[in-house]
Amino acid sequence: MKVSMTINGRSVDADVEPRTLLVHFIRNDVGLTGTNVGCDTTNCGACTILMDGESVKSCTVLAVQADGASITTIEGLAEPDGPMHPMQEAFRENHALQCGYCTPGMVMAAVSLLQENPSPTEAEVREGLEGNLCRCTGYHNIVKAVLAAASAPGGPK
Amino acid sequence: MIPAAFEYARAGSVDEAISLLSEHGEDAKVLAGGHSLLPLMKLRLATPSALIDVGRLQELSYVRDAGDRIAIGALTRHRDLQVSDELARSAPIVSHVAGLVGDPQVRHRGTIGGSVAHGDPASDLPAVVLALDGELVIRGPAGERVVPASEFFHGFLETAIGPDELLVEIRLRKTQGGWSYQKFNRRAQDWATVGVAVARTDGTPAVALVNMGATPLRAAAVESALAAGASPAEAAESAAEGADPSSDIQASAEFRRHLARVLVRRGLEEAGV
Ligand SMILES: Cc1cc2nc3c(=O)[nH]c(=O)nc-3n(C[C@H](O)[C@H](O)[C@H](O)COP(=O)(O)OP(=O)(O)OC[C@H]3O[C@@H](n4cnc5c(N)ncnc54)[C@H](O)[C@@H]3O)c2cc1C
Ligand code: FES
Ligand code: FES
Repeated sequence: MKVSMTINGRSVDADVEPRTLLVHFIRNDVGLTGTNVGCDTTNCGACTILMDGESVKSCTVLAVQADGASITTIEGLAEPDGPMHPMQEAFRENHALQCGYCTPGMVMAAVSLLQENPSPTEAEVREGLEGNLCRCTGYHNIVKAVLAAASAPGGPK
Repeated sequence: MIPAAFEYARAGSVDEAISLLSEHGEDAKVLAGGHSLLPLMKLRLATPSALIDVGRLQELSYVRDAGDRIAIGALTRHRDLQVSDELARSAPIVSHVAGLVGDPQVRHRGTIGGSVAHGDPASDLPAVVLALDGELVIRGPAGERVVPASEFFHGFLETAIGPDELLVEIRLRKTQGGWSYQKFNRRAQDWATVGVAVARTDGTPAVALVNMGATPLRAAAVESALAAGASPAEAAESAAEGADPSSDIQASAEFRRHLARVLVRRGLEEAGV
């Protein structure tokens, strides 16, 4: 089945089997491998991307469901040689990653969280990231990074 | 994990969805948010021959004041329930419970219609629908029918919806005064080990139970004890009466009965009964 969507501002047309998962489409067909697959069972959030601006777990969306949608992956947050997105910068500053496997999904979930709630409390950040697991268990610094991004000059993006 | 192959058709309207369902026969399934169905398909526990995608039917995404009830379109997503001004006014328990479903990513995709149609007794919103004397509006080739929530849940993952029918609307009574939702689970994003919804629509409080049997249940013994003048603590003692909870990796049946009694008492107290 033919699908066309915008991924990180670029329009993509393809012919996919209906059972193709969006995460596989993004990684294997489009070649954007920043989005990880962790659990493959909708629990860990490693595969989180933005679909029409909202965080979703792309292992549990069919590519055909994203037909016509606007998708942002971790690669789309900043230009390849431009400055990092404020959320990425905050993760770096606050040492919010260890092995880095959960990081793309964490960052995308955090961006969506601040869009819905630009100045969250610490508890709201923790709850807002409940769909993302960090196997290195570095939650403390992840929460610190999100709070830092929320209060960064110019505010969250 | 990749689902088994299926045919895919996207419905542009409710009528088209119903004719696509008839056309594709018994093994076709409706696809709403996909957050119950796709995980089952990835595990190959479900292998529908065709998916009829209704996910884009904007006409079924709304929360409206309908006089003494509120009408909610079946395709309204959990996130939209969470932030609905109408629900904040007339049935805040619905927004609150929608905000407890899964995690933000799940709430961005999952719908109230999918939650109710799936018929999983561990789901949160079906118990609220039961407590608020919900009416389920179902449309099929023969037209529309309205099924009361008390007759809608037939068994584990079984409801009154026929294979060629679509759930289109959920009508709930408005709440008056205090309410409570008690969800007991071990990890933040988990389903309820046991859950309890308490709400007052008129007269005595309605009490509904999550995960205490094959379907969501009304705690009838608690409700009649309250009507007969029992205190919340006394009434809560009969919370597990008539329930038939299962034993699984989360809890034994006996622990679930205990939780039901404790959570009903807390729920009644929080609701100010
Ligand atoms: C990680 C995770 C955690 C979750 N945690 C919770 C939780 O804590 N509490 C909770 O209650 N739920 C939880 N859920 C389930 C979530 O609420 C689902 O969104 C919901 O159960 C199904 O809604 P859906 O729109 O995704 O339905 P789908 O998956 O699209 O459909 C589910 C079933 O209903 C049928 N269906 C859907 N819509 C209609 C319709 N309009 N008419 C007729 N049939 C229809 C489908 O054919 C299918 O059989 C969780 C899900 C995940 C993935
Ligand atoms: S890989 Fe999608 S949630 Fe874990
Ligand atoms: S940094 Fe290793 S999983 Fe989170």
